[in-house]
Amino acid sequence: MAGQRNQGAVAFTSMPTRQTQPKAIALISGGLDSLLAAKVVKEQGVHVEGINYFTGFCVEGHTHAIRNRDRTRHKRNNALWSAEQLGIQLHIVDVIDAYKDVVINPKHGYGANLNPCLDCKSFMVTRAREWIEDNGFDFIVTGEVIGQRPMSQRRETLPVIANESGAEDRLLRPLCAQLLAPTLPERMGWVDREQLYAFNGRSRKPQMALAEQFGIKEYAQPAGGCCFLTDATYATKLRDLWASRGEKRYELDDIMLLKVGRHLRPRPHLKVIVARDAGETQYLRGYRKAYAHLLMTSHNGPMTLLEGEVHDGDAELAARIAARFGQGRAASDVQFDFVTAAGVARSLAVAPFKPEDIAPEWYV
Amino acid sequence: MSAYTLDAKQLLCPLPVIRTQDRVATLKIGDVLTVYCTDPGALSDIPTWCRLHGHTMLSSKEDVDGVIELVLKVGSPIYHAQQ
Repeated sequence: MAGQRNQGAVAFTSMPTRQTQPKAIALISGGLDSLLAAKVVKEQGVHVEGINYFTGFCVEGHTHAIRNRDRTRHKRNNALWSAEQLGIQLHIVDVIDAYKDVVINPKHGYGANLNPCLDCKSFMVTRAREWIEDNGFDFIVTGEVIGQRPMSQRRETLPVIANESGAEDRLLRPLCAQLLAPTLPERMGWVDREQLYAFNGRSRKPQMALAEQFGIKEYAQPAGGCCFLTDATYATKLRDLWASRGEKRYELDDIMLLKVGRHLRPRPHLKVIVARDAGETQYLRGYRKAYAHLLMTSHNGPMTLLEGEVHDGDAELAARIAARFGQGRAASDVQFDFVTAAGVARSLAVAPFKPEDIAPEWYV
Repeated sequence: MSAYTLDAKQLLCPLPVIRTQDRVATLKIGDVLTVYCTDPGALSDIPTWCRLHGHTMLSSKEDVDGVIELVLKVGSPIYHAQQ
């Protein structure tokens, strides 16, 4: 690891002493970098607690929890798992509502998809800065590495996060600190800059080597993949949702449903969400009191939700789509109970669509 | 000691943990909270959260409909010694 150290870094030969243990809050995503950053600081005798922000877009095994094929996988929240490895408390904070403005109006724009990474990081560090001020902590720790991410983790953008959040020099990035100006915890001697790192670029090897050094054998998927907004398919569905509403607006249920089922929009005002397996059917059942829906009664088949205004003929159209994905797809007709969002039910029977009847452009 | 329940069914991880965390913050040491949820991840996550924060899991079980019941006893907030 010595090769990763910045040999020109300032050496502190005389550290100020402190009567009480310094306290830091570490942003814990559940990935390797934040785990290592917290570990590096904790190893220096700092009291570290973790904080994790739930935006609604965090991947965290949601599809694992829903889909049949994934239900046998071991499920855990990686941020909690990281905290347990570190032996620290973890505060998980629901920021779903406050985060909407970050997604809808990102000051710094989007990345490759609908990922507002720079605004997101500023938002989270701002919240962490407020947290340390409310709780008497001294500084903030993040796992950022210069050059690791194309949008939020560049040399030019790291100061933007520190400035916009108001954290300024109370923000310590232990994995690349030696490439940056000394921060308050370094100047105060709460941490030894010489024992911090100078990681730079997209390579994961230095982090993996450091993990090895700490005896950390198991960790979540390194870097990226923690946010649905970076996913092209998910972003397409969110854009479609906004376009159908004529404005950028969402609720938690909206963004959860974008993770579930086949999404088809056969008419501009109508989206049909068809479960892909029994696990998704079970999950979508939980929305049956809030959405118009179709229950297949003559055959085994998927739970289907109708989103948007349901006009004349829409229930039949949605039923023909749903029938295509049920066990009655070869039958002459398939029967359903159609229930409106207000709970009014009626029966209907339709001929299933053939594959070629479903226009490719209907798939969102 | 008082007993309370929390309905976190249909919520996906980490919302059952967040709702549990927020509810426990309003309870007293020794109170018992029963959490109902449907995300199987809660079977791992809520006990982990309890271990990290000094609370005790009394029981956990899942019924045939996939509803998970977790019973925890509120402990005293712990300050992890990190010398």
